[in-house]
Amino acid sequence: CAKELLQYILLLIRGCHTTAIFSPQSLSLSAYSSNTKQRAKMAELGAGSLPLGDPAFNYQEHELNERLKRLYPAVNEEETPLPRSWSPKDKYSYIGLSQNNLRVHYKGHGKNHKDAASVRATHPIPAACGIYYFEVKIVSKGRDGYMGIGLSAQGVNMNRLPGWDKHSYGYHGDDGHSFCSSGTGQPYGPTFTTGDVIGCCVNLINNTCFYTKNGISLGEIVDANFGQQPFVFDIEDYMSEWRAKIHGMIARFPIGERLGEWQAVLQNMVSSYLVHHGYCATATAFARATETMIQEDQTSIKNRQRIQKLVLAGRVGEAIEATQQLYPGLLDHNPNLLFMLKCRQFVEMVNGTDSEVCCLTIRSPKSQDSYPGSPSLSPRHGASNTHLHTGGADSPTCSNGVTPTNKSKSHSGAGSGKYPSVSSSASSSTSSSPSSVNYSESNSSDSTKSQPHSANSNQETSDSEMEIEAEHYTNGVVEGSSARIMNGTYKHEEILQPDDNSIGNGVTDDGCSNGRQLCGGNQAATERMIQFGRELQALNEQLCREYGKNATHKKMLQDAFSLLAYSDPWNCPVGQQLDPTQRESLCSALNSAILESQNLPKQPPLMLALGQATECVQLMARVRSGSCSFARVDNFLH
Amino acid sequence: GICNGETVSVIIVLMQEVTATSRHYVDRLFDPDPQKVLQGVIDMKNAVIGNNKQKANLIVLGAVPRLLYLLQQSSSSLELRTECSVVLGSLAMGTENNIKSLVDCHIIPALLQGLLCPDLIFIEACLRCLRTVFISPVTPVQLLYTDSTVIPHLMSLLSRSQRTQEYITQIFSHCCKVFTPEHQTVLFNHGAIQNIAPLLISPSYKVRMQALKCFSVLAYENTQVSMTLVNVLVDGELLSQVFVRMMQRDQPIEMQLTAAKCLTYMCRAGAIRTDDSCVVLKTLPCLVRMCSKEHLLEERVEGAETLAYLMEPDVELQRIASTTDHLVAMLADYFKYPSSVSAITDIKRLDHDLKHAHELRQAAFKLYASLGSNDEDIRKKITETENMMDRIVSGLSESSIKVRLAAVRCLHSLSRSVQQLRTSFHDHAVWKPLMKLLQNAPDEVLVMASSTLCNLLLEFSPSKEPILESGVIELLCSLTQSDSPALRVNGIWALMNMAFQADQKVKGEIVRCLGTEQLFRLLSDPDTNVLMKTLGLLRNLLSTRPHIDQIMSSHGKQIMQAVTLILEAEHSIEVKEQTLCILANIADGNTAKELIMTNDDMLQKIKYYMGHSNVKLQLAATFCISNLIWNEEDGSQERQDKLREMGFVDILHKLTQASDPNLSDRAKTAMQQYLA
Repeated sequence: CAKELLQYILLLIRGCHTTAIFSPQSLSLSAYSSNTKQRAKMAELGAGSLPLGDPAFNYQEHELNERLKRLYPAVNEEETPLPRSWSPKDKYSYIGLSQNNLRVHYKGHGKNHKDAASVRATHPIPAACGIYYFEVKIVSKGRDGYMGIGLSAQGVNMNRLPGWDKHSYGYHGDDGHSFCSSGTGQPYGPTFTTGDVIGCCVNLINNTCFYTKNGISLGEIVDANFGQQPFVFDIEDYMSEWRAKIHGMIARFPIGERLGEWQAVLQNMVSSYLVHHGYCATATAFARATETMIQEDQTSIKNRQRIQKLVLAGRVGEAIEATQQLYPGLLDHNPNLLFMLKCRQFVEMVNGTDSEVCCLTIRSPKSQDSYPGSPSLSPRHGASNTHLHTGGADSPTCSNGVTPTNKSKSHSGAGSGKYPSVSSSASSSTSSSPSSVNYSESNSSDSTKSQPHSANSNQETSDSEMEIEAEHYTNGVVEGSSARIMNGTYKHEEILQPDDNSIGNGVTDDGCSNGRQLCGGNQAATERMIQFGRELQALNEQLCREYGKNATHKKMLQDAFSLLAYSDPWNCPVGQQLDPTQRESLCSALNSAILESQNLPKQPPLMLALGQATECVQLMARVRSGSCSFARVDNFLH
Repeated sequence: GICNGETVSVIIVLMQEVTATSRHYVDRLFDPDPQKVLQGVIDMKNAVIGNNKQKANLIVLGAVPRLLYLLQQSSSSLELRTECSVVLGSLAMGTENNIKSLVDCHIIPALLQGLLCPDLIFIEACLRCLRTVFISPVTPVQLLYTDSTVIPHLMSLLSRSQRTQEYITQIFSHCCKVFTPEHQTVLFNHGAIQNIAPLLISPSYKVRMQALKCFSVLAYENTQVSMTLVNVLVDGELLSQVFVRMMQRDQPIEMQLTAAKCLTYMCRAGAIRTDDSCVVLKTLPCLVRMCSKEHLLEERVEGAETLAYLMEPDVELQRIASTTDHLVAMLADYFKYPSSVSAITDIKRLDHDLKHAHELRQAAFKLYASLGSNDEDIRKKITETENMMDRIVSGLSESSIKVRLAAVRCLHSLSRSVQQLRTSFHDHAVWKPLMKLLQNAPDEVLVMASSTLCNLLLEFSPSKEPILESGVIELLCSLTQSDSPALRVNGIWALMNMAFQADQKVKGEIVRCLGTEQLFRLLSDPDTNVLMKTLGLLRNLLSTRPHIDQIMSSHGKQIMQAVTLILEAEHSIEVKEQTLCILANIADGNTAKELIMTNDDMLQKIKYYMGHSNVKLQLAATFCISNLIWNEEDGSQERQDKLREMGFVDILHKLTQASDPNLSDRAKTAMQQYLA
């Protein structure tokens, strides 16, 4: 029953001529005589208050953010912000706030119960916290000050003692009693007074709460410092127990008689994932070991693998050719895809990696590298794939099948096009043309831009976690980072081996940026590129005539051509396009299109399951199921 | 005759059955072809796994000596020797009788000898078997220490593999028993701490856990070990911090609990302060958590006992624990086993509950006793817990001695409260079961029970009267004759309390029952506490004038003798003071004071103590003189004259100038008797 109630942190003070203060250091509360001289004195004592703009304050703000992120990693603050101070709006008139709304002064007469006053925090406690905790330090209790600390729902009368009314809970310092929506308290813990640090912990998993005094837990009540400084009570230890509990629950989920069934499902997931990405040899070995069958025949897998390798190596022209040869009619039926490929081919020509210009240049081993971040590139497939397909109207994706969020709903409804955009809210594009797909990918790789050649390092993953998460919230799809972590452990050199020319060069970062020249510096190649550009423009005009104007196409084309406007395209505002990681989304789009044309799922079931699980955890947060905070998909990906 | 005959026939029948199934396995051990012997041992291994009957059969058929022979023969192949130790280990996994048979066949020295072999696989097999044998309660642990080279060799094997680490630390922790600090010392002297500390961060959970257990056993009541432990670094981290990490809530309960034990023992041994945050904020809350309902009954017992031990000497820890997680109320649950629900629903659970019910109750009593040993508010909280006094009362008469002892401990702890003595103790007539408990109980129970009785006999205790009527004096007098000093103290202490402001009848009863002989024997007791309380008893007996005169008329000679002896002997200031107080009481009697006045030697002694360097003794001696020269009594003039002649007036005059206000006041009052 406490579920919908434990929303707001509440601090309540009633007292005769008392003032309460929160110190900015640890959300402390003090109450003392309202005599002005004394107040001045106390203000001095409440040291550590820092005005806004102070660099030290900014540092403190940074620390706070870090700590909150660590304590509540599952909380999306854009949706549900965490409480960080008392609310200047949501308080009784006798209450005064100061020092960044962390200190509370009581200004009333404190003669009787009618003089009670309380203040609520700025935001309700997000359920995704799982376990929420805050502390208050009593600097001075005052002459007859009564104090209560607890929780209440929004709208509960602020002129009352905490815990007296419905939807409010409180622990009172004068008698040590706890009040649960009732005028009569239950003996609970010790009394508290000046110098004590009182904490309140809300467990949204089992819907209990307990208070602490000076770092010691006082015991659970059934149903019932925003973190500026390290807490006196070891809340992280308490959380670790619940994390272990929930992980144990998941690990020991009873499957009963269905063990064999589960094994088959898991094998199928692994196998289909390998096949999807064209890891032919591995898939075959896996099938042999597990005595399972591969649906697609070997040649088909190898063909796809070859095409993917070509795209990833930047040899887009060859990839188009191979696709047309192996899958005749495929690109004719997917003009958007073809256009994207051609655009990419143009970009690769600028890069000097496409075979049409490549054959014209005599490449010095050090001058160029078409694929610098090689082993770390293919891993992105998984992520981009899910991005690409989650909104697809014709395949049962997680957002369609599991969680009809507003966004995915509207998209699947409007998904008449071949690649309805799911990620429009993340990217600037709003159309449902193929190009938006590309944008969603470039968005996600934006976050990793700063470390372009270390996509497989863990550090990078954690660094980019936040931004990627933000994206995955808006998309309502699988988180990019998770797929990357998972894939990051594979070695993908296999893919690259045929392309000895491009990877054998082993160029360093410096080599990449300094030694590059347009089309490899070859005049003939440059001419070929210009010519190709004209063809591309012609293709665009043709598509416009047949299918109508397409803003995304136009933008893509503009961006690609813009490269030519700079003397050093690799270090220009649109230079991002030249990054080899940009090939990945296109590569998986092509792969999916081929699979679809063969009547095979365009997304591997593993990624689908991952997307479903992620979406499920988010849904749990929305329905205020606290355990979601410790059941994050990340925790299970290694 | 008949009896023996039956036994024999039973064995014969058994042998016939056995022969049919197991003889073949044993026969193969004697095959001349070593390859066939090996195969025989392997087959035997497969046959005995999990089959207790088969194990017993093979032991009866004499497989053990043969296996040990093969294991020890250097001509046997390593493979054969290894398989032999595996089979022996398997046999040891059976019943306690199996272990006994193996130990009787001298398996331990044979396996220890095997450890000298360089082959790791063989060593591991031997250690595994040794481990199984040593963790059994029937194996005499002394066998590990008979050969002094064994421990150092085991220490050296710790570096060989994770398995050797696991088995050796497990052997150590089982072979280092409570009440045998010499085992701790042996292991300590052979570098146990330095060798085992790195294992705490082993990648293997089993190794970490066994190493941790080892430390908990080594540190228990051992200052030397504990003091060393606090300074040990493991991978740059203090050991106490390693233990704190092991107490984290996501660690397995077993690990949290054992780490908390280690820190508790280190704290009790004085190596960690009781106000250290690792005790207050980590160990104590961890142990309180272990008491909660969600844990296994065994864990709750261990948690409560360890917590009781941790906070026993420290009132601040008791206060913190009393407010942590509603501990006092949480413990009430310990008395609810077997629960009425379990009896109906689940016979297995009922059995489990029954097995642990005693342990739970005694652990709760112990923890309550520890919680309430100092703080009046906590005692109040405890007595107000649901049915608490009833539980103690019924605990006092439980069949389990452990529960009785713990219950009386708890009662003793609560009996330190004046308020509880006046109220709940009387309301629940706790004295009745307590008196019953005092009849032929073992010494440890008697000590606690009689100590509690002392408190119940305090003059303000309403239980004093009914206890007196129950004929307690005889019992207490018999306690004063005990060999245990603690019991003698308690007996005489209780009598002392009883005699305080008692009526003539009770006092006479005490003197009659105790007998002067015993009284004077106690006055020469080697234990100062006994002496002090006996003097206290005398003092209480010798109060109010008629009582003084009566007792002194019948026992005056002996008492004066005893007083002389004590004043002449080497005793502490407190003893002498108490003795002078008795003398002052005697001096207050009407007829009794003549016993002093006629004893010039005694008067000289009093004079001596009036000039003593210790103010307390001066005061007591002055009191005595003051009583002797008191004006309004018969013959006071003669006494004053005599004492003036002996030079007491000069001394009193001097003492009026004493810097101690009490002493100078007393001397002035005495001087006034001369002036009046």
